[in-house]
Amino acid sequence: MILFERVSKRYPNGREALTNVSFRIESGEMVFLTGRSGAGKSTVLKLVALLERPTRGTVTVNGKSTGALKARHIPAFRRQLGVVFQDHKLLADRPIFDNVALPLVVAGAPLKEIDRRARAALDQVGLLGKERMLPAELSVGEQQRVGIARAVVSKPPLIIADEPTGNLDPDLSLEVMRLFRRFSDVGVTVLVATHDQHIVRELAKREIVLASGEIQGQGDGGALPHVVATR
Amino acid sequence: MSPAIFGTRHLQALLGSLGRLKRNAVATLLTLLVIGLALALPAALGLFITNAQSATGGFSQAIDMSVYLKSDVPLAKARQLAADARQRAGIAQVTVIAADEGLEQFRRYSGFGAALDALKSNPLPNVLHVVPRRDASSEAQLQLLRGYFAAWPEVDVVQLDTDWVLRFNAILAVLRRLVLIAAALLGAGVLAVVGNTIRLEILNRRAEIEVTKLVGGTNAFVRRPFLYTGLLYGVGGAALAWVILEIALLVLDQPVATLAQLYGSRYALQGPSGQVLGALFGGGMVLGWLGAWISAHRHLRSIEPRA
Repeated sequence: MILFERVSKRYPNGREALTNVSFRIESGEMVFLTGRSGAGKSTVLKLVALLERPTRGTVTVNGKSTGALKARHIPAFRRQLGVVFQDHKLLADRPIFDNVALPLVVAGAPLKEIDRRARAALDQVGLLGKERMLPAELSVGEQQRVGIARAVVSKPPLIIADEPTGNLDPDLSLEVMRLFRRFSDVGVTVLVATHDQHIVRELAKREIVLASGEIQGQGDGGALPHVVATR
Repeated sequence: MSPAIFGTRHLQALLGSLGRLKRNAVATLLTLLVIGLALALPAALGLFITNAQSATGGFSQAIDMSVYLKSDVPLAKARQLAADARQRAGIAQVTVIAADEGLEQFRRYSGFGAALDALKSNPLPNVLHVVPRRDASSEAQLQLLRGYFAAWPEVDVVQLDTDWVLRFNAILAVLRRLVLIAAALLGAGVLAVVGNTIRLEILNRRAEIEVTKLVGGTNAFVRRPFLYTGLLYGVGGAALAWVILEIALLVLDQPVATLAQLYGSRYALQGPSGQVLGALFGGGMVLGWLGAWISAHRHLRSIEPRA
């Protein structure tokens, strides 16, 4: 589903965010991307979501190499992908329903289907009944779940999340992560960048550890104690 | 995508733009006022020309020529010359005014009846009244025609008393050109106003645009509401321009009627024709849409989602 082959990324300001990174994530897998701030987690996600292109190497997502993708094909590419942000990037002036429905509206789904699927997505994150409220009327945890509902509403085969629990207390964090695990259980590929070691251990999924733009280690179930030591 | 969904999406974009304009009513109204004034000015100038033309009636087309024959040319010869002249291209009509007929007309209209009776013989010559065709009435063509008649040995004088008509037509031609210049300049102004308004709105909605692109919105999808906004500005501006024109006409109506009365005419101001209104609304819509398109094209491309 995601394949990085000797990927390097240098930003225009000269900072080398990733150096020679290679890894593979299979379809239906749930993987944590960990490491300190600035280790390159966000850059990996940006490369997957085609917010950036690799300087060297190839990134293949869903069978498509992102380096060669023409600008006019990017929208269709992004529709195959659900993205969750730490700051959830909701539209503050639109009700919850409109926020969740946006990917379907953009894709040109029929109104009936938009209504049905947006409700289904809100139901999945336990927010059915709040669709007419504005984002600011919800708690931080609820807002994050709205962001997740938006990411899954069009049933993409791949979901990526950048520090989705960054602003949440431990209980809420675990709840959100279990939500991700449920999607992965039904065959969705999930890639989550986090520095919450507690959660990584709790969910016992594969972990890719980044440090200074390089892969420091990979392992299952958060069995990489040195990461904790370096924090 | 089915046509129904396509239509729905356009309707949504249109209604969304309408709602947004309504929510910022004051700003919208100010923008509309600027566009309306810019559209009203050339339309008003055009209306002035149309009215000036119809108020002066057929005068502007009243180009004719009097060909005075020498007094010893008999009437039969005059008729024959008239028949010859009718063969020439560029001539609409040639009428022979016989000397007697001319004297009779003069007696009737001049008020010198008694004085004329004192004359022993008719001093007037036979005259050909020549009307050139409309499409052959330029200054050069008229001069050519005058030369043609003047060259005949039977002709005494060719009187082309149409200088003022030509001048009047020349003034109208200058004014028409002015309308074009004003329309072009103010049209560019409308483009700039709409373009700048749309630019500000794009910057205001940057976050929304980023998120929309992030979830797979195409440039066309993101651009659509802005194009509708531009179109609505154009339509609204044109409507306002129409209102401005009608108010101006209302204000002018009374003094124009008084002026016309002093000239013994019942002339009333003509409002904008369907054609003028069509041009006003068509021009407004095209300018609004184009201004929005240029602005959206320039600014939307640079907004890409950041994480």
